[in-house]
Amino acid sequence: MTTTTTTPTRTGRAAAATADYLDQRTSVGGAVKEFARKVFPDHWSFLLGEVALYSFVTLLISGAFLTMFFVPSMAETEYTGPFATQEGLHMTEAYASTLRLSFEVRGGLLMRQIHHWAALIFMASIVVHMMRVFFTGAFRKPRELNWVVGFTLLILGLAAGFTGYSLPDDVLSGNGLRITDGVVRSIPIVGSYLSYMIFGGEFPGTDLIPRLYTIHILLVPALILALIGLHLLFVVLHKHTQFPGSGRTDKNVVGYPLFPVYVAKAGGFFFVVFGVLALMGATMSINPVWNYGPYDPSPVSAGAQPDWYMLFLEGSLRLMPGGAEVVIAGYTLSLNVLIPAVVVPGLLFSLLALYPFVEAAVSGDKREHHVLDRPRNVPFRTAFGVAVLTAFFVLVLAGSNDLIATHFRMSLNDITGVLRIAFFVAPVAAFWMTKRICLSLQRKDRELVLHGHESARIVRFASGEYIEVHKPLDEHERWLRVQHEAIRPLEIEPAEDARGVRRKGYRSDALKQRVSRWFYEDRVEPVTPAELVAAHSHGEHDALEAVPVEQAPQLTGGGRHLVEPTDPDAGDRRA
Amino acid sequence: MKALAARRQDRRAPLVLLLLALLLTGAVYAVVAPPSADASAPAATGDDVETGRQIFQANCSTCHGPNAEGTEWAPSLVGVGAAAVDFQVGTGRMPMQNSGPQVLAKDVQFTDEQITQLAAYVASLGAGPAIPTEEQVDPAGGDPANGLSLFRTNCAMCHNAVGAGGALSEGKFAPALLETSPEHIYEAMLTGPQSMPVFNEATLTSQEKQDIIAYIEAQKEPSPGGLELGSLGPVSEGVWAWVVGIGLLIAFSVWIGAKSS
Repeated sequence: MTTTTTTPTRTGRAAAATADYLDQRTSVGGAVKEFARKVFPDHWSFLLGEVALYSFVTLLISGAFLTMFFVPSMAETEYTGPFATQEGLHMTEAYASTLRLSFEVRGGLLMRQIHHWAALIFMASIVVHMMRVFFTGAFRKPRELNWVVGFTLLILGLAAGFTGYSLPDDVLSGNGLRITDGVVRSIPIVGSYLSYMIFGGEFPGTDLIPRLYTIHILLVPALILALIGLHLLFVVLHKHTQFPGSGRTDKNVVGYPLFPVYVAKAGGFFFVVFGVLALMGATMSINPVWNYGPYDPSPVSAGAQPDWYMLFLEGSLRLMPGGAEVVIAGYTLSLNVLIPAVVVPGLLFSLLALYPFVEAAVSGDKREHHVLDRPRNVPFRTAFGVAVLTAFFVLVLAGSNDLIATHFRMSLNDITGVLRIAFFVAPVAAFWMTKRICLSLQRKDRELVLHGHESARIVRFASGEYIEVHKPLDEHERWLRVQHEAIRPLEIEPAEDARGVRRKGYRSDALKQRVSRWFYEDRVEPVTPAELVAAHSHGEHDALEAVPVEQAPQLTGGGRHLVEPTDPDAGDRRA
Repeated sequence: MKALAARRQDRRAPLVLLLLALLLTGAVYAVVAPPSADASAPAATGDDVETGRQIFQANCSTCHGPNAEGTEWAPSLVGVGAAAVDFQVGTGRMPMQNSGPQVLAKDVQFTDEQITQLAAYVASLGAGPAIPTEEQVDPAGGDPANGLSLFRTNCAMCHNAVGAGGALSEGKFAPALLETSPEHIYEAMLTGPQSMPVFNEATLTSQEKQDIIAYIEAQKEPSPGGLELGSLGPVSEGVWAWVVGIGLLIAFSVWIGAKSS
């Protein structure tokens, strides 16, 4: 530091001059100062969103390369090239150029495979990131809107993935488009018009690939970029959340400044993500379009499935019994497609998008939260999240039912039958189990706080009684387990005021209260300081080798009964 | 001993145990697993109808009847031809070991010579498709590009786009073709074993059958893209993306996010 200011080197002088030049013209210095000092808390799960961001950057880089060689046209051509099984086949320019960029362009196949793996990882990391945000309650005020932005990014990611998957015009992507066509047509009244609008006439038409191309390389990426900007802006505005721990409150952020620790970590992490994606692209084959051949509406091969993030939709369609078609006055209402492909995903995604607002309404909590929840401390939310994930997972399994059948030697029909029931039963069972596990973990926390760790030291008293000596928790351990509050069900004003006049808005309040009871009725209160004092009042006796017989019953080392607060002046620290 | 006991408490212990268990399972499997059947084409020999009849009566007549006329459990073999015998016995499907949704391929139970004798006997019962010549099943004589077109319209809906196999109803399945010899593929098309339809000369000419064989043979070449991940399509790609991709990235996140102080 001092050496650079007293005797600046040549490069130092040059850097300073450049910085000064820029600062005088853009006033960027203030922003750099501000950002460099921004503090970020340290936790590995805070990097999951970065994985998504960096795989998106990788998608942009590899995608830009692919656009140089891909021809988004449905004009027909005949293939002549190095790949023997395609020689002389009729195909569209789109498919032919995909083959060309795979086999004739240097590095083309590597770029294509990096692009596709990056797409799968982009979606997967969005989902994992979203799970982290959900289960830790990071969507609570003031971050509800950022949750919606993130949710929109998830939907845009699906759109980007789907349009990209459809571009090469091989049989598999064509099968996917045919299903899309069917789903669009199942929408009552406007369905067939919509299908004609999308495909520019009867499926498959000749307009679709150029349209998908524009959406895939221009519209969706631009929207994603803009929303990523907004998403990050919100992170800067709200500051980052932090896990609970000693010294961390809703009014501070404990961590390291952005510069230099996080600049190095985050910058390095980009290369790690890119490296993993490049490794996957270099060693593992993905979407080998030449296996499926150019699109032709007639063939559908066994094992025809969409990429993993669309698999739940395929599973939903596979689970739905086929007979649910209603004919009303000569018009067919295809409930067998409409319910699994539109209603079910619509419901699941709406639940996901609206959850923060529902929780805010039924908890009546209007405070800002910057300290995250431990998932066990909010049993309903954790259980609800696991239930929704279970429903999605059952649908994913249903979408892979043929592969499960062949690989585990099971009957396809039985798998489908079992999963039809599981779709309704498994989320409920998962909800119940998760909630019970959360409550048990909270009781375990209480137990630990009140009585300490088991020390494996057994002491026998003269009276013959055995106790195990417990080691009390240190302050940091204890704080982690008592800092939260157990949200209680909403309390509302009575239906009629003092004069017996019916109160406006009582019915909606009552509904909120009913839901609130369902959310928060079962709860375990964290240990209060009074309870702690009561539990520890006999603690010093643990050090004794032997105690008078009459005191022995108080030495409940195992601590199976909870002690009521005895000191009325101790007060409730959480109040 | 005390050090060992202390190590047992280490939080990495389950991971190490899991790795050891996986290694052990793999090693045991490698030792115990039966060697894959060698389904090489039998050499054509002279007419051994009589020996074939004796082998048939000793091994097959319980189900197919003493003169292969069929019983209530098994079909008549009159007119199925030598090709059906060569396929069923040559892939180990016959003699059948136990009943189930589908007769499974297993270790071949007879020598090539015995199979030829059995085939000669069954062929003598009535006219049926003969065992194809080596020239007919030679992949070099087929056009793989035409094979692709034929394969995906006639075979891929059950056997998967590259012949990696697929599911049928009620526990039945279309087997993977990547290990099957060209001769057996040809015979299967000719005779339509189990759930498979018959592709006779009117449906697929012998040249077209050869094209299909050439296409399947081309799939045995290593994929230009790297590891094939079972050639099962997007589901296996998704599993690998989650296990390898997200697994590695989370491992790196934990490493980078670990407290630096």
